[in-house]
Amino acid sequence: MSVTTTPTPPATPTVQPNSRRARQVVRERIIAGLLLASGLVSIVTTVGIVVSLFSETALFFGEVSFWEFLSDSKWTPAFDPAHYGIGPLLAGTLQIAVGSALVAVPLGLASAIYLSEYAPDKVRRVIKPILEVLAGIPTVVYGFFALTFVTPLLKKLIPDLDVFNALSAFLTVGIMITPMISSMSEDAMLSVSRSLREAAYALGATRFEVATRVVLPAAFSGVVASVILAISRAIGETMIVALAAGSTPKLTLNPLESIQTMTGYIAQMSQGDLEHGTPGYRAIFAVGMTLFVITLLMNLAARWLTRRYQEGEE
Amino acid sequence: MMHKERTARRAARKRIDSIFQALFLLAIVIAVLVLVILLVDIFSEGARWIRPDFFTNYASRFYNQAGILAPLVGSFYVIILTAVIALPVAVATAVYLEFYAGNTWLNRVLQVNIANLAGVPSIVYGLFGLAFFVRFLALDRSIISAALTMALLILPVVIVNTQEAIKAVPPSLAHAAYALGASKWQVVSTVVLPAAVGGILTGTILAVSRALGETAPLITVGAWVFIASLPVSPMDSFTVLPVQIWYWSGQPQQGFREIAAAAIIVLLVLLLSMNGIAVFLRNKYQKRAEW
Amino acid sequence: MKRFLVSTAILTALVMTLTACGGTKTEEKPADAPKTASETAKASEPAKPALSGEIKIDGSSTVGPISIAVAEEFMKINKGVKVSVGISGSSGGFKKWVKGETDINDSSRKIKQSEQDEAQKLGFQGVEMPVAYDGISVVVNKENTWLQCITTAELKKIWDKDSTVTKWNEVNPSWPADEIKLYGPGTDSGTMEYFTEHVNGKAFQSRADYTASEDDNVLVQGVAGNKGGMGYFGYAYYVENKDKIRAVAIDGGKGCIEPTDETIGNLTYPIARYIYIYPSTKAMERPEVKEFLTFYMQNGAKLSSQVGYTPLPAKMYEENLAKIK
Repeated sequence: MSVTTTPTPPATPTVQPNSRRARQVVRERIIAGLLLASGLVSIVTTVGIVVSLFSETALFFGEVSFWEFLSDSKWTPAFDPAHYGIGPLLAGTLQIAVGSALVAVPLGLASAIYLSEYAPDKVRRVIKPILEVLAGIPTVVYGFFALTFVTPLLKKLIPDLDVFNALSAFLTVGIMITPMISSMSEDAMLSVSRSLREAAYALGATRFEVATRVVLPAAFSGVVASVILAISRAIGETMIVALAAGSTPKLTLNPLESIQTMTGYIAQMSQGDLEHGTPGYRAIFAVGMTLFVITLLMNLAARWLTRRYQEGEE
Repeated sequence: MMHKERTARRAARKRIDSIFQALFLLAIVIAVLVLVILLVDIFSEGARWIRPDFFTNYASRFYNQAGILAPLVGSFYVIILTAVIALPVAVATAVYLEFYAGNTWLNRVLQVNIANLAGVPSIVYGLFGLAFFVRFLALDRSIISAALTMALLILPVVIVNTQEAIKAVPPSLAHAAYALGASKWQVVSTVVLPAAVGGILTGTILAVSRALGETAPLITVGAWVFIASLPVSPMDSFTVLPVQIWYWSGQPQQGFREIAAAAIIVLLVLLLSMNGIAVFLRNKYQKRAEW
Repeated sequence: MKRFLVSTAILTALVMTLTACGGTKTEEKPADAPKTASETAKASEPAKPALSGEIKIDGSSTVGPISIAVAEEFMKINKGVKVSVGISGSSGGFKKWVKGETDINDSSRKIKQSEQDEAQKLGFQGVEMPVAYDGISVVVNKENTWLQCITTAELKKIWDKDSTVTKWNEVNPSWPADEIKLYGPGTDSGTMEYFTEHVNGKAFQSRADYTASEDDNVLVQGVAGNKGGMGYFGYAYYVENKDKIRAVAIDGGKGCIEPTDETIGNLTYPIARYIYIYPSTKAMERPEVKEFLTFYMQNGAKLSSQVGYTPLPAKMYEENLAKIK
């Protein structure tokens, strides 16, 4: 727990019969109450999200067995016969998660190492804002780019490529999350104490050796945390996959095919039929719940790791 | 002899160092290159559609007559309303956490909760907004539903940012105020918050600019795909710029792709301006705080 | 730094001013109503008070383009009326319509009795107004030059519920062994309902492993981007994209018939059908809705054919006009 630096007032004097004081105390209490209420908004939000997801999901599992949800290889809630296997959507999301990580981890980590160990100050001052810009581009713009530039380009190289495919999507998502890994890893590396580095340099190590054998191991949990958070972000990403990856739930790991992710499914369904009580409606929430749980677990893991590396600092 | 070995090894190690330096630099070059390609591609596709008509026309089935008036105004209303809703709640929460909650379990629960909310995918917020604001509260597919959903989305970020801004205020200021007999709320409202205003504003503008670029939750909450009117009240139907971009991107005709690119240019310029304003404010207030 | 800030500030100010300017435009009341003299419309009414209000239309993505075209032209004349159009699919749209959330539902199939019953609970009914003919077009990629005609039996083999067909030659041995990539509307679509009913024999009976989307533009893109692509959707989407995709003639037992205005208009094309709009009786009580529907029927022929569909004979539009009073 970080030590709070906000000052606290001196011990409150007992309420005097002085009416002005009394009024002030009452006002203070009311204000404290209002502020607390505001704070509770965030709690209410979480409760609200969990309740709305959970209640529909519970109803969903009243009709569809959990086993079927996990094991069925098809996801076709609106068709007859309806299949409710989350597998295809998970496979789609998995492709995006793994694929984008394969892009973003090398790029992000390498950038971070360069910026923290090699780059002269002037270069850093130019590169960092550029990476910020990359991070700030809205995902719909990335989606447009994936559909109108990346896919046609890839089709020239791979003629068999489906016009909607996982490859374009995860390449683009990978670029989108690279700045996250880069900046968080860089922060982790920069917070490794100078003395460790200087000791290594004093022993004659090259920058590469210092980076890989001293800094990276010391910043390891911070780096891993950044990767987890970035993948979590990739999993929750909607617009790039909605525009470029397709809307075909398919249990496949072939990136050249059209797929559908959990987020893509929710986005597609929320445009159309959302009638209470229909299987389609509940299925959306079941998928949303799955998504929520996965990203929550990943974020918790990342934060636990971050705390560990912060505390592990000497 | 050993000396020669050592020199040879050192040379090899230096070579590895140089090779990897180049590789690491390559990573950055790739990232920058992709950004440049993206911007150039979008600019070249859309630039010629940026003309006054584009800003004053409504959507149309003819791409050469289509414009972004409705989504632009819709976005404007949504983010203003989002900021108006989110800012007071965020500041109040941050003040509560920093001044009133102390080191209690409630404080920790709130902090953890806020951190978790920051990581929830935006489409889940959209689902919640649909179920709660649109359906349950029957606010329908309106600007107010959108703004409430977006406010919840950016709330965690603004809270954390406000906390940082408050923490950055030198404690001596508050101490001085207490010494003069001020109550806690007086200290907060007349001393600390005004001093933290720069940081709060900067963070809020940045968070709101993120809201400007959000698409998924707004599709879910019901931005219309074709709308040729401007919203006048918070209960009105609307659409926003990213949703229009998404819709036009999905059309196969090349013309629509191009106007989508044009709309993207406008969006990026708006984001750049907002970030520029935020940076400007940060610098201005930083200078002021140094006394 | 300062120059950059100044320029972005100016740019932002410019954008804001333009939107403000645009904003005032809608506030202007139309000076005189019958500017429709240039159209084929019979603008016989004298100048009436300026209309205002909002009309919400949702439903079929097949009918959507017509409603959008009508809305656009209507709003140019009646500036005080706001018309919004969504494309949630015929069934998706009806679900909103029965709750009164929308005023008119675009539908590429007839309304169901259950939907009328639902609406009845809230005190209104839907009025059926056909607005055009549509021939569901089965399309393939431009590079596919060998498929000129397909029988409904072959279509059923590809699209039916338990079909595992993945290659063209599994359907007809004389076809190449390329992979088929299927694109079609989802289950909210009236087009899907109609197609499955007439080709597979039962509404909604279909294989499920195809790229489904209510947005026909996505389907066009899919077929256009894949050599082995095949899809089906409303005729207008084919006409709009003739440069990217090719329609296949269909043999429903009477020979190979290509979808054209003629074959669709005389219903010889095997999967030709009417497409409709369903205004609710409640909405029709409002003057701006009445005016909109009048405009729709007066200009429906022109606009539906402009958008790519086959217009109905004039008599049918007049019948619709009679229903408006």
